[in-house]
Amino acid sequence: MNRRVTVAYLFGLGLLLLAPMFIYPILVMKVLCFALFACAFNLLLGYTGLLSFGHAAFLGTAGYVTGHALKVWELPTLLGLLVGTGAAALLGWVIGSLAIRRQGIYFAMVTLALAQMVFFFFLQAPFTGGEDGLQGVPRGTLFGLDLADDINLYYLVVAIFAGSFWLIQRAIHSPFGQILKAIRENEPRAISLGYDVAKYKLLAFVLSAGLAGLAGATKTLVFKFATLTDAHWHTSGEVVLMTLLGGMGTVFGPLVGATVIVTLQNELADKVGSLVTVIMGAIFVICVLAFRRGIVGESLALYKRVIGQKPL
Amino acid sequence: MTEIFGVPIQALFGQLMLGLVNGSFYAVLSLGLAVIFGMLNIINFSHGALYMTGAMLTWIGLEYLGIGYWWMLVLAPICVGIIGIAIERLMLQWLYKLDHLYGLLLTFGLALMIEGLFRDLYGVAGQPYSIPEELSGAFNLGFMFLPKYRAWIIVASLSVCLATWYVIEKTRLGAYLRAATENPKLTQAFGINVPLMVMLTYGFGVGLAGFAGVLAAPATQIGPLMGSNLIIVVFAVVVIGGMGSILGSVVTGLGLGIIEGMTKVFWPEASATVVFMIMAVVLMIRPAGLFGREK
Repeated sequence: MNRRVTVAYLFGLGLLLLAPMFIYPILVMKVLCFALFACAFNLLLGYTGLLSFGHAAFLGTAGYVTGHALKVWELPTLLGLLVGTGAAALLGWVIGSLAIRRQGIYFAMVTLALAQMVFFFFLQAPFTGGEDGLQGVPRGTLFGLDLADDINLYYLVVAIFAGSFWLIQRAIHSPFGQILKAIRENEPRAISLGYDVAKYKLLAFVLSAGLAGLAGATKTLVFKFATLTDAHWHTSGEVVLMTLLGGMGTVFGPLVGATVIVTLQNELADKVGSLVTVIMGAIFVICVLAFRRGIVGESLALYKRVIGQKPL
Repeated sequence: MTEIFGVPIQALFGQLMLGLVNGSFYAVLSLGLAVIFGMLNIINFSHGALYMTGAMLTWIGLEYLGIGYWWMLVLAPICVGIIGIAIERLMLQWLYKLDHLYGLLLTFGLALMIEGLFRDLYGVAGQPYSIPEELSGAFNLGFMFLPKYRAWIIVASLSVCLATWYVIEKTRLGAYLRAATENPKLTQAFGINVPLMVMLTYGFGVGLAGFAGVLAAPATQIGPLMGSNLIIVVFAVVVIGGMGSILGSVVTGLGLGIIEGMTKVFWPEASATVVFMIMAVVLMIRPAGLFGREK
């Protein structure tokens, strides 16, 4: 990370540590889970140029596996999170190896179809509770702290988010991340330079799926249940929207996008009912037509135009 | 009673028919997707929502305006086509110069809007629609009863597919269309109005979806969510078949419908996912799809 990003990162972290004094912690935790989900997704779309339309599968899988591990196997909390994340990464390896055989639009369709298969599996599997979802997942304890207390859990969630965010930044700015960008910009050229493009794409996919899984596992811990909604294609669309709205390929874009969308849904849910979907769709359309760089991307461009230098 | 693998033959043929009916829908919808993809290079995510619009319009026509099935069979596809043309003129045409993924994202947003709008207006519950008088009842084929409406769905879908194939492959208009698909700039240089053809192609493609919606109206519960689950299966069909050829999409659609129907008999739990499993296998063996060309 360069100096300005580091400053922004530390400033944001400071805000997060103080946030529960002012805002309902569950809401912030929900935002953080979706922000992590969107950041993981951005690693794939923004930095590798792969549009996955099936990321809900990883969120949902990790949610169910972690829920099952904590509730039925009675594993310790951290181990439960780890098992869920691992399951999502494994699924990411399977789906990723199939999907990277096609490019562009086909890649999106393949991931969507395979994720739908995962959805049907969860709909029928006995351990997920079908339409009711997996209820009553215990949060457990960590280092002797009772996570049933929202504040304790809050700081765990902040730690998970901050750690993952840092990890993603490290990945993007590493030689590995540079190769991903090369693939995004010009895949044939990356191949001609001798890079095993399929291997890098798959690795990026697995990393993204694993982190999306970590978001799902954390989400189960926060809400104490896992439902089919998390694995539904609507959720896959939502994460695309968050990334697009915030600004794909920007460091803080997905975080901003997730904050806006989650807050919006929270505010609108009881006011407009099913029109929420229409509003989400409209935001999608507006973003694609007029606002393709997203909030962060457009702000940076504006800053550059006014001040005349690159801000970050 | 005759049995095959322990399944009564009537049940087997019944499921085969149902499979063919579903396959007909897959065929018409994937054909529309393929026609649009060929010309516009986008995957039309709102295809399922427009199919649902076709069915909803059929229901609305009878419920509020007293317009019967046969009129709606013509009117609903035209209305859906006009909606499509409006979408193309107002939004899609600005995206042709960009990455094709933006077309997918835009039509996804539109699908959400259309679906949400109908859900807000009519709720999620399905609306019933009765089969028109001429097509109610069944043929007795000796070994099974064939409901007339199911036979009609198959005949009507295949006729539309055949007509589409004929227009694109055998007429002058089709020749322009194929030329514009192959090389739009050169075709335009010969004095053919390519943007107009692109517009009409999109309108026609989604009109096909609307037509499938009308056909589906008496056969299923008409509800806002009927399109979105179907369209994901159709995407898998498209990946399996590849979008290279018209006949390819039709054959793949029908074939997968039959396989799905048979799965319902022999392994009911897998019937919802069998198409996706086949897609995974095809991706492993022949990534370009059965009828696709490797680029």
